[in-house]
Amino acid sequence: MSATLRHVGWVLRGNPVTLLAGCGCGLMVLAALLGPWIAPYDPVASNVPLALQPPSAAHWFGTDQLGRDVFSRVLVAARLDLAIAASAVSLSFLIGATVGSFCGYAGGRLDAWVGRFVDVLMAFPLFVLAMAMVAALGNRVENIIYATAIINLPFYIRFSRAEVNIRRNLGWVEAARASGNSHVEVVLRFLLPNVLPAMAVQISLNLGWAILNAAGLSFLGLGVRPPTPEWGIMVAEGARFITTGKWWLVACPGAALMFAVLCFNLLGDGLRDILDPRMRT
Amino acid sequence: MSRLLEISDLRVEFATRNGPVEALKGVSLSVGVGETLGIVGESGSGKSVTAFCVMRLLDRAGRIAGGHIRFRGEDITRAGRRVLAPLRGAAMSMIFQNPRAALNPIRPVGLQIADVLRAHESISAREARERAVALLEAVRIRDPVARLAAYPHELSGGMCQRVMIAMAIACEPSLLIADEPTTGLDVTTQKTVMDLLAETTARRGMAMLLITHDLGLAAQYCGRIAVMEQGRVVEEAPPARLFGTPGHAYTRRLVAASPRRDSTVASLVGAPEPQPMPLRPRQPLLEVRELGKRFGTAAAVDGVSFHLDAGESLGLVGESGSGKSTISRLVCRLLDPSEGSIRFDGEEIGAIPAGRFHRSPYRRAIQLVFQDHGESLNPRFSAFDSIADPLRRLLGLRDGAGLRARVEEAAERVGLPGDLLGRFPHQLSGGQKARVGIARAIAAGPRLLVLDEPTAALDVSVQAVVLHLLDRLRRESGLAYLFVSHDLNVVRMMCERTIVLQTGKLVEEGRSEVLFAAPRASYTAELLAAIPHFAPEEGDARARAAVAG
Repeated sequence: MSATLRHVGWVLRGNPVTLLAGCGCGLMVLAALLGPWIAPYDPVASNVPLALQPPSAAHWFGTDQLGRDVFSRVLVAARLDLAIAASAVSLSFLIGATVGSFCGYAGGRLDAWVGRFVDVLMAFPLFVLAMAMVAALGNRVENIIYATAIINLPFYIRFSRAEVNIRRNLGWVEAARASGNSHVEVVLRFLLPNVLPAMAVQISLNLGWAILNAAGLSFLGLGVRPPTPEWGIMVAEGARFITTGKWWLVACPGAALMFAVLCFNLLGDGLRDILDPRMRT
Repeated sequence: MSRLLEISDLRVEFATRNGPVEALKGVSLSVGVGETLGIVGESGSGKSVTAFCVMRLLDRAGRIAGGHIRFRGEDITRAGRRVLAPLRGAAMSMIFQNPRAALNPIRPVGLQIADVLRAHESISAREARERAVALLEAVRIRDPVARLAAYPHELSGGMCQRVMIAMAIACEPSLLIADEPTTGLDVTTQKTVMDLLAETTARRGMAMLLITHDLGLAAQYCGRIAVMEQGRVVEEAPPARLFGTPGHAYTRRLVAASPRRDSTVASLVGAPEPQPMPLRPRQPLLEVRELGKRFGTAAAVDGVSFHLDAGESLGLVGESGSGKSTISRLVCRLLDPSEGSIRFDGEEIGAIPAGRFHRSPYRRAIQLVFQDHGESLNPRFSAFDSIADPLRRLLGLRDGAGLRARVEEAAERVGLPGDLLGRFPHQLSGGQKARVGIARAIAAGPRLLVLDEPTAALDVSVQAVVLHLLDRLRRESGLAYLFVSHDLNVVRMMCERTIVLQTGKLVEEGRSEVLFAAPRASYTAELLAAIPHFAPEEGDARARAAVAG
């Protein structure tokens, strides 16, 4: 255990950006977990006399057109946005990595068919595909998750397929079979764990992208609806006031979005170094 | 003789996360004009680092901490790019270990040779092309005009190495550095490539620095040999003296560990000869008939038949493409045969699909030891887990004292210290990884062990120890071995009978001592003649013949 900690420490010392990104992600997870309790105001309670106040000591991020505290809304919205992103990414990771690994291991006809299906999926403009799916399935949060998961699927399939493919003829895979493992066990117990470190980078990058995707969909009025606090909706609502100089309505949720995406992207690199057993000495 | 290259007290450090590590600890060497100096040593001895220092190709973590490198009297230890660029390729050039990886895969070889020429001389594209043709001819590539347009993947390993040599001699350098130029090539190809190198350097008056782990090769082609150990040159002498009366203890160990025509497994490690194995009643274990395997339309194995008794060891030798690895996978039931039968213990196992063989009771009876021990261990499994896996899967053992006892017993039988069981493959040395691989194979108590080049990736001294271990295991436990190797000396020592394969077909079969002393097939004789060996008088004669030719 202490060896693991030492290793993590070594990676972080060599790469302080990862440490910063990790702290940023930690902050966001805290906000997601504790948001409703630590928010200074009720995020949905309107207080019209105090509408459109600029940032002040009482309202750090100002107030919106109904007098709701923008800081509280941004804080509380973290839970919904992170939840959508995390569930969408884990869904596409679980399905994509499994399907891709089996394709890469088996090759042949299965690989060819899945490969063409992935090609077809990637031929569509992905965001438009997600919009169409949410519009068709119904305007609900779970449908945003499904849509985001499906448009991310091709990346996980391709990635894990390629990673498994380069390993499937290595000695330890044959040794696993000689040790009495079936093909399925070889993929699940041997190949998938070895592909994980490389996948961690993909997952981290993808989380940021999924947050952006969810916010984009609600910005367009799909999925989450007002008055639910959500970064995409807040940007959409605030956009109406930007011409009258009420910048904080757009800038604050926008900055939160940017912060989230940036943190997850920067975390990716460091994660690979931490998870790869060969990096340890 | 004036010194072309002089290295004096060279020290090199590599920066690692655990602080600087000294790779060279004061190396002094010199090469005269037209001389061939061999550097031999095992992995980690610093022989490649020395070569890279001379070319100044050290990677960024490496730093020359002291000493001097003089080339033609000029100090190039700290020379900048402006001094080095005209030297590299034109005055000194290098041939790398893996020719296929050293050539640019997306550029025709003719253009790659022309690139070298045009980097140092201002000549027209046509002239460069003509010179490239002449160079390919010089390295004896047939139909050189047609080969100009070939990409590296269209050429065999031996051809790629010849192209590398053509590139290296293109600008008539005075020093050629060959870093393990024939490792990974078949013995017959190795012989043609080395003969070509010796002849080319002799005819052009070039000096050569030959870096190799193969003492026989160095003895045969070098005028002087330096032995390196852990960043130091421990001994330097002409081959006859070095191998006849080695002075340093390390050289003596190295010479003893290198298999010769008359070595035995015990003599390699300096152990007493074991008692000859008692005669056992013949008890057939494996019976292979008319075995065939096709990949697409090409037949990798074509009508091969052999048998193996319980407790016997059978060698399977052949060059790349001979089908020896395919046969080992077929016998291990990791691959399905296209035709023929495999009977184990009287039971037909060739008909059980490979995908379902893991459930067969014979799975635990037939186990496999792999070639590259680095690649044959799961990087995410500790040594314990690697050895425990077959016990869990094949014997259904659960975690606990029983499993631990079995793993420790297997580790003890292969001489793996118990405190290494918690380590991961990258924390183990080559020899330790080899032991883990063998322990994994014997853990479930097999009756037939298929060994696929088990020592090909190991240093000679480690190879000697592993061979001794394998020999002892067989004597103790009555295991039968199917020993696959390209190294004929190793097979002769390890196996009672030997089969020679060529392009998927059986060429010759016989008792090892008879087959190696008096081969019947011409192919076997050719293989035997290509093995580099120590006998210094013969080596000199051969070098002289090459110069004369």
